Amino acid sequence: MPRISEPELLHTGLNLDNYPPARLAQVESGVFGFWVFLMSDAVIFALLFGVFGTMIYASVAGAPTPDSEFKISATFRETMALLSSSFTYGLVSLSLKLGARRRWVALWLAVTFLLGAYFLDGEAHDFIDMFHVGAAPEHSGALSAFFVLVGTHGLHVTSGMIWILLMGAQMAIYGLDERVKINFIRLGLFWHFLDVVWVCIFSVVYLRGIVS
Amino acid sequence: MTSFRALRSDFLAYGTGYLLSLALTLGAFSVAYYRLAAPEVSLAVILVLGFVQIIVHMRCFLHLSWQRSAQSDLMLVLFSTLIIALMVGGTLIIFFNLRMRMM
Repeated sequence: MPRISEPELLHTGLNLDNYPPARLAQVESGVFGFWVFLMSDAVIFALLFGVFGTMIYASVAGAPTPDSEFKISATFRETMALLSSSFTYGLVSLSLKLGARRRWVALWLAVTFLLGAYFLDGEAHDFIDMFHVGAAPEHSGALSAFFVLVGTHGLHVTSGMIWILLMGAQMAIYGLDERVKINFIRLGLFWHFLDVVWVCIFSVVYLRGIVS
Repeated sequence: MTSFRALRSDFLAYGTGYLLSLALTLGAFSVAYYRLAAPEVSLAVILVLGFVQIIVHMRCFLHLSWQRSAQSDLMLVLFSTLIIALMVGGTLIIFFNLRMRMM
């Protein structure tokens, strides 16, 4: 087969160099299917952003908003944790592509998990603090929208962490065979996607609230 | 075996993605923390930095590109972005219009 007609991009995480083209197409359509799921998730988040946007500016009768309760240092620490976890997951993918030993993959996977846990812990503390000062979801439309939007993201991170544990189990049971590697690619897309959503959240929700 | 060059370019993608994201995040947070500009200007700067960071993530972490094998993924993302822009933009326009009429 001439070199020029081969797919150029190899998904990090798989050594696809010596794959037959038919198998390669199958892997790619599997990854594409996961992209379709991610985009349906993106629509959910986008509409929650839309609701938040209407609520935060259109609330009437002096109802409380979440803006006054944001703490920039906590948000910054959570952001750094999630961003770094995206990078360490990149190291998981690279270890897989390098054909590294399982313990390297497990190490970076564990670091990713811990950073995710640190993020969720910070977010839970933020929520509890807000409840303590009376900024609960039932007090205004803006607060309801805030908790639904940020809470949905938190639930996604939680499910991503459960998925990380499951991938650790799959790796322990099956080794690093092709199916497991493709699942690692899907988890990677999910995890990096959650970081993209968080970029929107800290820009549109937290930093907007702090500057205005 | 995967060639050394391919691995090196993968590592560079993740590394530059991480460094760029760190810089953009620090930029956005310092605009808010040090109150470097008027609220409207700050908000605009934060949103632009956020937008650039999303593109960096898409390129470096999610490996979207114009290369042939990533093209269908990229097309899907761009189409979804269009749908999202229509839905969210439309929602915001209608509600702000209603709000204006109620004032």
